[in-house]
Amino acid sequence: MADDKEKEGKELEVAELHRKIKEAFEVFDHEANNTVDVREIGTIVRSLGCCPSEGELHELIAEVEEEEPTGYIRYEKFLPVMTNVLLEKRYRPISEDTLLQAFEVLDPAKRGYLSKEELVKYMTEEGEPFSQEEMEEMLSAAVHPESNSIYYKDYLAMMVVDEN
Amino acid sequence: MGSGTSTQHHFAFQNAEKAFKAAALIQRWYRRYMARLEMRRQCTWSIFQSIEYAGQQDQVKLHDFFSYLVDHFTPSSHNERDFLNRMFTEDSIPQDSEMENCSDYESIEVPDDYTGPRLSFPLLPDHATALVEAFRLKQQLHARYVLNLLHETRKHLVQLPNINRVSTCYSEEITVCGDLHGQLDDLIFIFYKNGLPSPERAYVFNGDFVDRGQESVEILMVLFAFMLVYPKGFHLNRGNHEDYLVNLRYGFTKEVMHKYKVHGKKILKMLQDVFCWLPLATLVDEKVLILHGGVSDVTDLELLSKLDRHKVVDILWSDPMAQEGCKANTVRGGGCYFGPNVTKQLLQKYNLQFLIRSHECKPEGYEFCHGRKVLTIFSASNYYEVGSNRGAYVKLGPALSPHIVQYQANKATHRLTMRQRISRVEESALRALRNKLFAHSSDLLDEFKKHDKDKTGLIPLGEWAAAVELVLRLGLPWRVLRPQLVNSSVGNMLEYKSWLEDLAKEQPSFKNIQSSLLETLYRNRSNLETIFRIIDSDHSGFISLDEFRQTWKLFSSHMKIDITDGCICDLARSIDFNKDGRIDINEFLEAFRLVEQSCSEGSDSDCPQAPNTNDSGAGQPAAH
Repeated sequence: MADDKEKEGKELEVAELHRKIKEAFEVFDHEANNTVDVREIGTIVRSLGCCPSEGELHELIAEVEEEEPTGYIRYEKFLPVMTNVLLEKRYRPISEDTLLQAFEVLDPAKRGYLSKEELVKYMTEEGEPFSQEEMEEMLSAAVHPESNSIYYKDYLAMMVVDEN
Repeated sequence: MGSGTSTQHHFAFQNAEKAFKAAALIQRWYRRYMARLEMRRQCTWSIFQSIEYAGQQDQVKLHDFFSYLVDHFTPSSHNERDFLNRMFTEDSIPQDSEMENCSDYESIEVPDDYTGPRLSFPLLPDHATALVEAFRLKQQLHARYVLNLLHETRKHLVQLPNINRVSTCYSEEITVCGDLHGQLDDLIFIFYKNGLPSPERAYVFNGDFVDRGQESVEILMVLFAFMLVYPKGFHLNRGNHEDYLVNLRYGFTKEVMHKYKVHGKKILKMLQDVFCWLPLATLVDEKVLILHGGVSDVTDLELLSKLDRHKVVDILWSDPMAQEGCKANTVRGGGCYFGPNVTKQLLQKYNLQFLIRSHECKPEGYEFCHGRKVLTIFSASNYYEVGSNRGAYVKLGPALSPHIVQYQANKATHRLTMRQRISRVEESALRALRNKLFAHSSDLLDEFKKHDKDKTGLIPLGEWAAAVELVLRLGLPWRVLRPQLVNSSVGNMLEYKSWLEDLAKEQPSFKNIQSSLLETLYRNRSNLETIFRIIDSDHSGFISLDEFRQTWKLFSSHMKIDITDGCICDLARSIDFNKDGRIDINEFLEAFRLVEQSCSEGSDSDCPQAPNTNDSGAGQPAAH
């Protein structure tokens, strides 16, 4: 009996996940033919609550691509893969504290800020480097105009508020 | 010996690794943030579009309703018959004798203290340029000159063919502009950036000059003036908004009556005629076809050339689609969706290079489709809200290759970051959406209750989304939007009654009207306003209680809106503020903030003070 209920609960959960995934997918299905441009997959995955690295994202794309990549991803292939990602709670988001610590690693002197040049150097040369566009966009919101520095604690606080 | 340096190296390596990981973490977080922003941007766009198209569907239903009335309604009394006759004479094409009367502008005197622009005919290029400058300085053209200009415009349009054939032999360049929708700033910007019209600089304006924006009159004056000055190099195509019934709903009629209190009615009548005489399409070098909406699988250019262009056709309403084929455009309620094969067929049949059309707002101001054979060009920037989209125009160069220029005619947006711009536009869209949700509160409550058989007062969020879509039918991604619309959920459950109450608290209230009535008003507000203006055939700004009651009764039964007779009477009585048996249209609409406060421009003294309003500053978007 309990087993059946558990099973039913699980089915309902999966059904609701399917609807969530379908909605997010359809936002980018501009031609209404159950496909999206592969370049939008990252946006879809991230808006469903996941926070994969670029490497992890590429792995996922490889799983959902056609044998001969067409530049488009089909919903039928995307759905089962994404459902598992959500059920397994893969690619969990990063907490605010962890983020702050990351900034502090880049600021060992504990000044409370990074210079614009330092941030650009780290973001475009380390980790999974930003494109020029990404870098410019980050700078436009993060840089304090007078000091040309990034007060990362304030920056984070602003971004987090915006999220909610 | 080596251990000192190797420890140093070890630490250095560790630090480098730490920095690498820290950077990767930040990048990962940032990319997720940007992705969420992009999703919000897409959703915001969907919200605006679906609300806009729902409004257009309403408009078509309203149009059908009045046609239905004309065909089926048997007036049961003299009063009703007279009333209907009065309403529907507006629907007919003005007779020549009537037109003579309207263009009788010579008797209109211009006061000595008038400091606005003056026109004399035949118009010279300097006059047209001076007009642009005068409007930029917020001056208003006197009614006499307006009517004179319209009279001359009509004379010119009447001898034009349905399809303007233009050759690039006469001018070195041709620039095509899309929808302007009363946004004079965009027109001024285009002339500033691209240059004023001249024999060497030809222009084609592809319809939808009016409605929604606040300076439709001024745009028309400028466009008509240049058309008269440069008949060979300045061309106008008709859009679906160059139509009197659409104007009643979307603000142009209101703008004219507000700016021209004495002669507005004459001006509107002339305009109705002038619109009907606008050409339907422009063909450049027999190679590039320019028209407002689109085509269908039965578009026949020869037929188009011959038919009576007073009969509005598909080409003003159609939209391209990605799928092959041709099907009815149910989203807009008129015209069709045409696929790549339809385009291909047409281009082949008439040996054309590509098609330029407008009609649809695009985030970048333009969009190619059908293998770059169809170009949509939309020239009203910030159409839904400040920051919502760019405007664009296209220049046809040698061999008619298209060169696009984009712009956004509002300096304020340039100072905002992308994040701020998106947030601002998003907030506007969400406000409009919450308003729509409120307008369906009763239906939503009924639907929620169905999901709450045990009467717990709670429903799962997934079912909230399903219920909302069932009731509103906007085709929006409700689960994606949920965090922005619902902030009071506990775990996975929502207390739906309090959520609905929160929605109601946001809307402006009015003491004498109960919330269910208010809901009805909000749900039908665009129809209401349009109906008011149709009933008010002499544009006096007042309608009688009886007329309103009759029409509303007929309308609700035709639309199968569930509303009792008692409710209709209550409604009518409560909006008759002065209890004098008449409804002041503007006062009524402003009291409920059902229209944007347009009184900030122009003379405030003429605007009635609306009771019980608290000015929150940012007006509601014209979400029809």
